[in-house]
Amino acid sequence: MPTALDDAPAVKAAGAPKPRRARRNRRRVALPYLLLLPAILLELLVHLIPMVAGLVMSFFKLTQFSIRDFSSAPAAGLDNYKFVLDFDSAAGKSLLGSFWISIVYTVLSVGFCWLFGTSAAVLMQKNFRGRGLLRTLFLVPYALPMYAAVITWSFMFQKDTGLVNDLLGTDSFWLIGDNSFWSLVVVSVWRNWPFAFLIVMAGLQNIPGELYEAAAIDGAGWWRQFQTITQPMLRPVNQVLLLVLFLWTFNDFNTPYVLFGASAPKEASLISIHIYQSSFVTWNFGLGSAMSVLLLLFLLIVSTVYLGLTSRRRNAVV
Amino acid sequence: MRIGKIAPALVLALAAAATTACGGGTSSSAPKELVYWASNQGTSLDNDKAVLQPELDKFEKASGIKVKLEVVPWTDLLNRILAATTSGKGPDVLNIGNTWSASLQATGAFLPFDDAALEKVGGKSRFLGPSLAATGASGQPPVGVPLYGQAYGLYYNKKLFAEAGITKPPATWEELVEDGKKLTKPDKGQWGLSLQAGQVTENSHHAAILGAQQGAQFFTAEGKPQLASDPSVAAVQQFVDLMQKDKIVNPANAEYADTAKSLKDLSDGKAAMFMNQASAGSFKNIGMDMANLGVAPIPLPATAPPNGRKVTSFVAGINMSVFKNTKNPDAALDFVKFMVSAPEQALLNKTYGSLPTVQDAYSDAAFQTEDVKVFQNVLANSAEPMPQVPQESQFETLIGTAMKGMFADVAAGKPVDGAKIRDQLNQADQQIAAGS
Repeated sequence: MPTALDDAPAVKAAGAPKPRRARRNRRRVALPYLLLLPAILLELLVHLIPMVAGLVMSFFKLTQFSIRDFSSAPAAGLDNYKFVLDFDSAAGKSLLGSFWISIVYTVLSVGFCWLFGTSAAVLMQKNFRGRGLLRTLFLVPYALPMYAAVITWSFMFQKDTGLVNDLLGTDSFWLIGDNSFWSLVVVSVWRNWPFAFLIVMAGLQNIPGELYEAAAIDGAGWWRQFQTITQPMLRPVNQVLLLVLFLWTFNDFNTPYVLFGASAPKEASLISIHIYQSSFVTWNFGLGSAMSVLLLLFLLIVSTVYLGLTSRRRNAVV
Repeated sequence: MRIGKIAPALVLALAAAATTACGGGTSSSAPKELVYWASNQGTSLDNDKAVLQPELDKFEKASGIKVKLEVVPWTDLLNRILAATTSGKGPDVLNIGNTWSASLQATGAFLPFDDAALEKVGGKSRFLGPSLAATGASGQPPVGVPLYGQAYGLYYNKKLFAEAGITKPPATWEELVEDGKKLTKPDKGQWGLSLQAGQVTENSHHAAILGAQQGAQFFTAEGKPQLASDPSVAAVQQFVDLMQKDKIVNPANAEYADTAKSLKDLSDGKAAMFMNQASAGSFKNIGMDMANLGVAPIPLPATAPPNGRKVTSFVAGINMSVFKNTKNPDAALDFVKFMVSAPEQALLNKTYGSLPTVQDAYSDAAFQTEDVKVFQNVLANSAEPMPQVPQESQFETLIGTAMKGMFADVAAGKPVDGAKIRDQLNQADQQIAAGS
């Protein structure tokens, strides 16, 4: 009768691979987290910690009197929020004005970017001579250094010496007054539509050609194919594309700052510029932080609702 | 940069401050080395380096102290100073616009120039009184010493004046408008006056000058903003009316955001007058026939308004400050002393076309010319500092931005009346009060 001691080597032999496998499994599970760790740490450092610090700053009266030693900044409680949300006051009115301007700007810019990007991508879905060249050409605005491109636009929009008035045969102001808003939209669309084009083009690559062939055999025309094949198949791509474009455009700081300088015309005063002015130009960092926190909340709510709605619709379809 | 990056930028600076607050100190570690941030006074950053480096070498040879130079463009200077103030990591010595003095003084980041410090750089009595008055809030030690002096004057094109039969520059504001009308010929592309109406800082400077003429005090004695007072509204209206009512300014000037265009307009005969700081060197650089260039003080109203002051310029200029965190305060003060010494003052101000801020430099022949004497006289007799209150930089930004918007409205044909001006200035008051 074998003793326990006799069994031991057998047990050991049979059990030996288990801890090794377990270790290997553990390593396999841990590897993605380890690889993600640097990104997570950087994300914490670059985004999350500043966000939390911004949130804290918004409850303090942080001005030039306390900027050197910010621990000496007097607590403001909710005063900064009350001040910017008092829509009867000048500051509240002007923040609200900037908010609406940003909304309209975002809707127009994202709408046109999506429209142009999708149209161009769909039209270039089929192979034809010169397609590669056109694709490259369309991507030029996106590839150009942002500052150089927008400064060039600012030269073109000059009233007396600008190319725009020359081409249109007009004598209008484009960088001040009502037109400044439209100048901003034009530059924004010009800059961002290639991104929409690129993403939609990538999405179109994943639609099997057989679907179009089958639809064509069934007698579906171009528009019918677009409605019943292209659009539904692009829905997941569009969902992300529209959200990304919305967040970029609503937060856009570079375009108005380079086009108009630190003090944008009131007609084109986006909320980002407004916050910059409140923080860095008038040295009221507590107030600027409060505005930033409100902006962050708004974007979070919009993004969450949007993702919730689009996911529910997708699940319903599935 | 998207807005998400603005708050992080500040917060990273604050975090840096937290980690360095204990140690303090500046970026210069060697005991005999200073870091100097110079403002852009020349035609370019490289030009400034070319002008300043030989002088810094001269200083090093005499004192053994090496000065590392960085010329910071005006567009970045205030933000760089704010970041340095926040982090405690900055230069040892730096130039600041003198109108920022009181605002920067409030941060407590700069070495106060008390009597002992002033003595170390040559003594208080050497400096021009008005320039020294623009170095911080009254009753507190200055936050620097004046380095380059400036004042506003009215440049005019003598050729255009002669063609219009005008024999002398306007002596009153009414004459300026009258002459401007005679000189305005839109069909020929010629206008009476050129304005940098799209430039926030310039607008605020003119608001301050005309405000003083109208009797405005933009802040109460307690430092409370009162930009929307009657005299302030009148001053802004007077300035905006140059384009709106008097029509002696090309509406396209609403887009002018830098000096170069106005200088060129005067040089090319597209404008007959231009109110600016001393800029003969710049006119020369752009190729103006200097025989056609005249300069006179900005005129006062023929009848002074109640409480109106005889002010034709604010005390403009650049101050030199020492960062409180410097590890080399004595070396820093030695360097300041060198820069405000009579020979350096004469050389640098001659080169930049500005005015010396110390009495003993005026004996140089370069400062005996007629046009320099006009500015010198203005600086000595009819200039007052911008409001020396901590909120000065906010004042400049808010009133200047409001005026930029008003000019844009005028250019677009929208009327700008007293009520609209008052409303805008009320908004500025509220915003300044919120940060006080």
